[in-house]
Amino acid sequence: MGKLDGKSAIVTGASRGIGKDIALYLAKEGAKVAVNYSGSKEKAEAVVEEIKALGGEAFAIQANVDQSEDIKELVSATLEQFGSIDILVNNAGITRDNLLMRMKEQEWDDVLNTNLKGVFLCTKAVTRQMMKQRAGRIINITSIVGVSGNPGQANYVAAKAGVIGLTKTSALELASRNITVNSVAPGFITTDMTDALPEEVKTQMLSQIPLAKFGNTEDIAKAVAFLASDDANYITGQTLHVNGGMFM
Amino acid sequence: MSTVLERVTKVIVDRLGVDETEVKLEASFRDDLGADSLDVVELVMELEDEFDMEISDEDAENISTVGSAVSYIESKQS
Repeated sequence: MGKLDGKSAIVTGASRGIGKDIALYLAKEGAKVAVNYSGSKEKAEAVVEEIKALGGEAFAIQANVDQSEDIKELVSATLEQFGSIDILVNNAGITRDNLLMRMKEQEWDDVLNTNLKGVFLCTKAVTRQMMKQRAGRIINITSIVGVSGNPGQANYVAAKAGVIGLTKTSALELASRNITVNSVAPGFITTDMTDALPEEVKTQMLSQIPLAKFGNTEDIAKAVAFLASDDANYITGQTLHVNGGMFM
Repeated sequence: MSTVLERVTKVIVDRLGVDETEVKLEASFRDDLGADSLDVVELVMELEDEFDMEISDEDAENISTVGSAVSYIESKQS
C-alpha cells in the first residue's frame, strides 16, 4: 500500500528530468497522475506507459503553464479523468542563462512566465476544486539558487525566489480550507546535463557539498511525495531544501 | 419552482451558517453575515454551480450584498 493511494495528482513538466521522476514516484505511492508536457509528447507518453506497467493510472496532456486557457483545459481534463485533484506539483521550468549585462528582455520574460507566472496560474486553477474538497496539497519546485543567488541566472533566480514568496502567501490564503502549500528546493541534482561536465568541474562542485555526493531526481521525488502525503498534514508555507547540506 | 432569492438564501445559509432571517436583501456578506474575503469567493463559486453560470472576476467584485447577488443573477437569466 502506498502513501498516496486513491489520490490524484497533476505534475507539470513531467516528461523528463525531475518532473518525470516525481510523476513516477507519486504513481508508485499509489497516486493517479496527469503527466503534463509542453513539447515532448512522446516522452510524456513513455512516462504514462511506465506508470501503467507498474499497475498505476495516468494520462499525458499538453499544456503550456503560462497560458491560462491551456491550464483550464488541464484542470478540467484531470477532473474528468480522476474526479478530484488532491495534489498539484508545479515543476515545469526552463532556463535561459546569461549574464545580467547580456540578458535579453525576451530571456527574462520567458523564464519569468514559465517558472513564476506558470505557478500562479496553475495554483489559481486548482484552488477552486481543492476549496470544494476542503483538502489539497500544492508543492512548488523552487531551487537552492532562489535563496543563494547564482551568477548567470538572474531571471531563473528571480523566478525561483518569487516561487518561495508565492508559496508562503498561497499557504496563508488557503490554510483555512485545509490546503497546504510548500516548496522543495533541490541543490545539485544529477541529470544528463551534469553527467557531461568535465571531471575537474565535478570534483570542484562536490567539494562544496557536505554529504560529498550529488543528489538524484528520486531524492527530490521522495521529498515531494512526503509533502503530498498525510505524514505532512501539519506542514505548510515551508521550503524543504534537498541539497546534501550545500546551503543551509 | 423556488425564486432566485430563495435559492440564494439557501446557499448563504448553508455556506455561512447564518439564520435564514438574517439574510435580508441589504445584508452585506462581510459586514452583516460574518463572511471573510475567502468565504465570499466561495459563495460566488457556489452560486455559479447553483445557477449553472459563470461569474467573471470583475463581476464577482461587485457582489457584496444579498441584493447585489440576486439582481446580478436575475439580470443574467432574463
